[in-house]
Amino acid sequence: MKTIYVDNNATTRVAPEVQEVMLPYLSEFYGNPSSMHSFGGKVAHKIEEARAKVASLINASPDEIMFTSCGTESDSTAIHATISSVPDKKHIITSRVEHPAVKNLFEHLSKKGYRVTFVPVDRKGMLDLDYLYSNLTDDTAIVSIMWANNETGMIFPVEEISQVIKKKGIVFHTDAVQAVGKMPINVSNSEIDMLSISGHKIYAPKGIGALYVRKGTRFSPFLIGGHQESGRRGGTENVVYIIGLGKASELAAKHMGEMTNHVGKLRDKLENGLLKRIPNAMINGDTENRLLNTTSISFEYVEGESILLMMNELGICASSGSACTSGSLEPSHVLRAMGVPFTAAHGSIRFSLGIYNTEEEIDFIVEKLPPIIENLRNLSPFWK
Amino acid sequence: MWEYTEKVKDHFLNPRNVGVIENADGVGEVGSLACGDALKLTLKVDGDKRISDAKFQTFGCASAIASSSALTEMIKGITIDEAEKITNNDIAEYLGGLPKEKMHCSVMGRDALEKAIANYRGEPEKELDGEIVCECFGVTDHEIQRAVKENNLKTIEDVTDYVKAGGGCESCHDKIQEIIESVNGTPFAEKTRPSGMTNIQKIRLIEETLEREIKPELKKDGGGIEFIDFADNTVFVKLRGTCSTCSASQVTLKHYVETRIKELVSPELVVEEVKQ
Repeated sequence: MKTIYVDNNATTRVAPEVQEVMLPYLSEFYGNPSSMHSFGGKVAHKIEEARAKVASLINASPDEIMFTSCGTESDSTAIHATISSVPDKKHIITSRVEHPAVKNLFEHLSKKGYRVTFVPVDRKGMLDLDYLYSNLTDDTAIVSIMWANNETGMIFPVEEISQVIKKKGIVFHTDAVQAVGKMPINVSNSEIDMLSISGHKIYAPKGIGALYVRKGTRFSPFLIGGHQESGRRGGTENVVYIIGLGKASELAAKHMGEMTNHVGKLRDKLENGLLKRIPNAMINGDTENRLLNTTSISFEYVEGESILLMMNELGICASSGSACTSGSLEPSHVLRAMGVPFTAAHGSIRFSLGIYNTEEEIDFIVEKLPPIIENLRNLSPFWK
Repeated sequence: MWEYTEKVKDHFLNPRNVGVIENADGVGEVGSLACGDALKLTLKVDGDKRISDAKFQTFGCASAIASSSALTEMIKGITIDEAEKITNNDIAEYLGGLPKEKMHCSVMGRDALEKAIANYRGEPEKELDGEIVCECFGVTDHEIQRAVKENNLKTIEDVTDYVKAGGGCESCHDKIQEIIESVNGTPFAEKTRPSGMTNIQKIRLIEETLEREIKPELKKDGGGIEFIDFADNTVFVKLRGTCSTCSASQVTLKHYVETRIKELVSPELVVEEVKQ
């Protein structure tokens, strides 16, 4: 059975070009980049090349990029580095729809004596900016707002937000894990102080991330150890994966046009096809300000896990904001924050496309999903 | 991804007995759209109280659909009295087991069956059984107590897995913990109180109860108790420490010691003090 992978916000395949550049560093070039000999020095040089490529993807300067192990580490580093450099400030702000990497950290900090403001979103998933701005105080240490939402694809105006935050002298961090590689990002157009990147969302392997730290941002390291990463993160560099992330960043810049033309068109085709063929289905979130690879569709009166497993039988890989898939009992915090009714939240499916998807695959989903929904609705006591 | 057994997958992908029986003799409906799963069970019962047909409609995840399908297969052809004895564990076992986070699906099956049987017997729709503990999922203290007892649950997480309580805003966690403790305060008794215990079993259980339950309580007041003999369902004890001189000791003996022994060992037992 062929796998049809439309779960690229969860993870992406490693691009063949990325695999290729990584392999020599798994075998023959095993030197430690910190060594004095040229065998290690060559490896250090490749790391700097990779750093420049990551920097170039978001128009930063290479010395503003530090490598981490994943998006979560980037988020944690940014937030911890900030609050420990301004220990007197005890107020922190984030949104209600963040990824658990930020959301759960803020909830944890709220138990450690921090006052946390969670900024709400409206029915379309857009952030309540007035609420955000009216809650900024002299005691606010950091504001962390995601650039794009993983579940709905909603894009937040973080560039604009960063300008306002900057004027108050507050540090602004954005979890851009879903945005990077899917839309052009230029940090020099903004006052963003820190920005998180994850490798495996942009066709690099799992286990590598990066954090942009604007020059001049106060920073105290999260991982204390050697002098690596200019003293911002101790620990021998994950050389192979850093090289992979460098290549993936270069490809992401190259594929940006393809994202808009190819991926965006496929997403629209999928969305329109499904909505046309399936009654009582609706898109979650604002369709204007959205990542062009993502669609979150709710199918009323059926439950997401059942849909996913039925699709799985046909090789289709997607995600759901349903409660049952996560092991928790409540549907996704993102959909609930948006006020999506339970009738729809339990039956939500997220399709997130990538550069390797084809038109045939989309046709296959559009053909196969309607009977799945119909069958499940025929089982449901709520469907007439 | 959940680890579902082949049998769960089979009942999910090829559900048996889907639909609604017209003019059903028993109807049981549980769950809601908000909760994320719901089941409507309809029964046809013939003259000798045998379930001749059962059909279901389910909104929910794969294990909810599989549990419903399994339930209908299990009850077709058996009598109402036999069906009444089916527990949620029987449903889970029929399916070769369920992931523990999904046990609530089997509980939903059992609850629907119970309601359908009550409906068949013409029993009035039960008022809310107990007081709501979990507001998010509308779960009462009685339902939690029952799940804890029947499935020997130990933690809040277990309770959430079985009856969903505590799986939402989490504000009821303290209350759930209290219920678990109140039920499990008597764990050995609940497990080992079969109807026909031998004298040796009773003696062991009396000793255990005295050691674990009663002595620590009496000790708080500087008292103590000693197990002397057991005959004809009478437990002979000697009071020690402050208890032996306390004027209220007879009250302690009857109201506390005997009550606990009856509760935890066997209801027919009486406690007598052996005087020096």
